[in-house]
Amino acid sequence: MSLLRQAGRVAWKDLRIELRSKEIIYTMVFFGALIVIIFTIAFPRDVRLARGAAPGMLWSAIAFTGTIGLGRAFDRERENDTMRALLLSPAPRLAIFFGKAIGICALVILVTFVCTFLLSLLLGLSFFAHPLPLACALLLGAIGFSNVGTVFAATLLKVRSRDVLFPVIVYPLLVPMFIMGLYATDYLIAEKPNLDAAWEWIGFLGIYNGAFLVVSVWTFESVVIE
Amino acid sequence: MSQPKNSYLVPTFATLSAIGFGVTLWLIYEYAPLDRVLFFNQKIFYFHVAHAFLLFVAVGVCGFGSVAFLKTRKPKWDDLALASAEVAVAFGAVVLITGSIWGKAAWDIWWSWEKRLTMSLLLWLTLVGYVLVRRFAGASADRLAAMLAVFGTVGVPFVYFMVDRSDRHPQSGAEGVVAKSQGEIKIVMWLCVATFLCWFLTLLIARIQSVRAEREVRELRERAMDTGVLQ
Repeated sequence: MSLLRQAGRVAWKDLRIELRSKEIIYTMVFFGALIVIIFTIAFPRDVRLARGAAPGMLWSAIAFTGTIGLGRAFDRERENDTMRALLLSPAPRLAIFFGKAIGICALVILVTFVCTFLLSLLLGLSFFAHPLPLACALLLGAIGFSNVGTVFAATLLKVRSRDVLFPVIVYPLLVPMFIMGLYATDYLIAEKPNLDAAWEWIGFLGIYNGAFLVVSVWTFESVVIE
Repeated sequence: MSQPKNSYLVPTFATLSAIGFGVTLWLIYEYAPLDRVLFFNQKIFYFHVAHAFLLFVAVGVCGFGSVAFLKTRKPKWDDLALASAEVAVAFGAVVLITGSIWGKAAWDIWWSWEKRLTMSLLLWLTLVGYVLVRRFAGASADRLAAMLAVFGTVGVPFVYFMVDRSDRHPQSGAEGVVAKSQGEIKIVMWLCVATFLCWFLTLLIARIQSVRAEREVRELRERAMDTGVLQ
């Protein structure tokens, strides 16, 4: 219980800073909207073709905006060397990890919502016909992204070429997850939605996420040392 | 710094793989029967599958070395992980290239986004990322790379879970073409695996020795700096 409470404190600290400056929220949401608009301009707007392309647009938009937000969130810790202060505090490493990941996850969920809404608006697709499985897929995607992203962003904190290395490291690991989420979304927004297939892919997504969560819990403690 | 203790290993394995390469090449064309559907094109199977096997061996070694390094912090495990990751990149490149050549012959396309192909490509990209991290991440590269290797290795079993029955790629595992292959094909196939295992060990051991030497030079220089021998 105390671990969760400490994690909550760390997350709340991040979110409170964010709510005061609103720097990441505004830039991330705007960037997400830009990407969605670019995609909808770049790809055909014929509804049938758009149906095939929309899941890909959505998940790539999540990946790109998430990267921007994550980079900025950890830049903030580096600028005043507050990451060291955070690690020196009596909170266990695990609580710091969970707190950071929860804070990022909240931002990613917000952007995901905006992107989904905008996509369905611009392409004229009914994304929200099956809200529960869609929410599950997107939530698992956000959790997976913030989990893997937090571990690697924290380790890359002191590395000079972190901005280039972060996507190089994280994208190959995340693409399988995005493919699963993409298939699930694809089945959900198809002309004849296939809920069973969608839930199967969501299940895969959950297993993949669970495996990565275990690994990050195990590695974060042994890797993030100052 | 001393001579490597096992200096005979690399020449031995190199000789074995050179002999094996000649022998298997002869066997593939003279001894193994022609495939009924693909004729000559099937010959690439021997090299493709052998390299794919060893790719997974290399990834396993890399993952094992990385876990051991994160647990014990002994640099020898890190040397092992780095060397096998680099060898895995080379073997993975061969798997992908021979695979596309075979795909062009069998399916008339160079590449298709079937799940297994996709996952193999992603595994290879992760390995390339590993090597890039080792080169450009500076002081904390070893920990970062070890973590990446652990994540990558955890992702590998999904290569098998995600295979559809409808995949055109030949099935692997107990039901697969390798387990069910008969007679001459089987013999040649396993000889190829043995040959490329020798080649794999040659590369791996040579690379481990050079990585260790690099690390020892670096440590010596640091020590000399500390004691003031070097400026």
